[in-house]
Amino acid sequence: MDSVHDLGGKQGFGLVRFTQGAPVFHDDWELRANALYVLAVRRGIFNMDEYRHAIERMEPRHYLAAGYYERSLTGFAALCVEKGVVTREELEARAGGFFPLTLPLGPGRTNAPARVRFQPGARVRVKEEYVSGHVRMPAYIRGKTGVVVRESPPYPFPDAHAHGVKAENEPTYDVRFRAEDLWPNAADPADVHAAVFQSYLESV
Amino acid sequence: MSERHQSPAPVKARVAAIEQALEERGFPVAESIKEFTTLAEEKWIPENGARVVARAWTDQAFKQRLLENGRAAVAELDLAMPVHHRHLVVLENTPTLHNVIVCTQCSCTAFSIIGLPPDWYKDFEYRARVVRQSRTVLREMGLDLAPHIDIKVWDTTADTRYMVLPVQPPHTVGWSEQELAKLVSKESMIGVARL
Repeated sequence: MDSVHDLGGKQGFGLVRFTQGAPVFHDDWELRANALYVLAVRRGIFNMDEYRHAIERMEPRHYLAAGYYERSLTGFAALCVEKGVVTREELEARAGGFFPLTLPLGPGRTNAPARVRFQPGARVRVKEEYVSGHVRMPAYIRGKTGVVVRESPPYPFPDAHAHGVKAENEPTYDVRFRAEDLWPNAADPADVHAAVFQSYLESV
Repeated sequence: MSERHQSPAPVKARVAAIEQALEERGFPVAESIKEFTTLAEEKWIPENGARVVARAWTDQAFKQRLLENGRAAVAELDLAMPVHHRHLVVLENTPTLHNVIVCTQCSCTAFSIIGLPPDWYKDFEYRARVVRQSRTVLREMGLDLAPHIDIKVWDTTADTRYMVLPVQPPHTVGWSEQELAKLVSKESMIGVARL
């Protein structure tokens, strides 16, 4: 989905607040929230694609205002409610107030019917597709052309896996793009590599 | 919608709420938090990746195996990756090439090897900017790359995970693996520092 989580190349952000040896957690609740979602994944309540998509389904203002672990908490709690493990009413009663969750889950999609096996060196284009559900194609590569570097082992197809849709596993391709092609005249020259699912690609 | 003006309960209260709800349903919440704390503080640490780097610097055959199949090679050092991280791609820096890792859509990393991601890696500034303004952002972060050094940015858009294999500092040739491992930082394996 084309929402605010898809940040690659977005302008207007300032300096990275970088420090050497920066901490992973800033407060005990962050670690606890992380531990709970790991527990839920281990128990099979949801998978990683459902989890990532739940975070993407957060109301955009909340997404942007929340830190990483609040986003994690929100996606995780929303899935626990959607899967019938807990109810929102119970969570709000226990929290003593409003417990923001996410916008509802929409339909997913299955793999592309005709998929091409690409060899290293092949020129490929990322399909010009607009997907309302989960998709792991960053918008900045949509419709862009790159070169296949290598093929990964097959993975669950995220556009299906995040939505409970049955689909075949498929490989991703490490595709090399040029930053100057992705943002003509408006990027530092560099190679930009993305892992692109086979269903998202077509031959040039 | 009434939510328009509603402010959320404090985040700590929300975490406690879901903890209690799961506990009441028989989930091993306290044990899981304890176990996760151990993993985060003692197991998923950059010292793992540092051992991998030091071995690659001192054992050419290991380095070749590492570049061909990272997941299998780190297993030789008894390092495991979560089931869903099916593939570890190791990115070798050279005197004329610099690799840097990001996850623009979420904050994925090979955390069991290079450690859990630091705060700035999960911030919007890094996620938005490093793919598009790599040289500028690295310079702002203290890594001013010479113009002859090319940059490759790796966006973690699937469950393939990456780690950077830094260039061994020339003055350390001949050092022991243990000494070398001490040089290797999490930042250098993400690619925002060179050693």
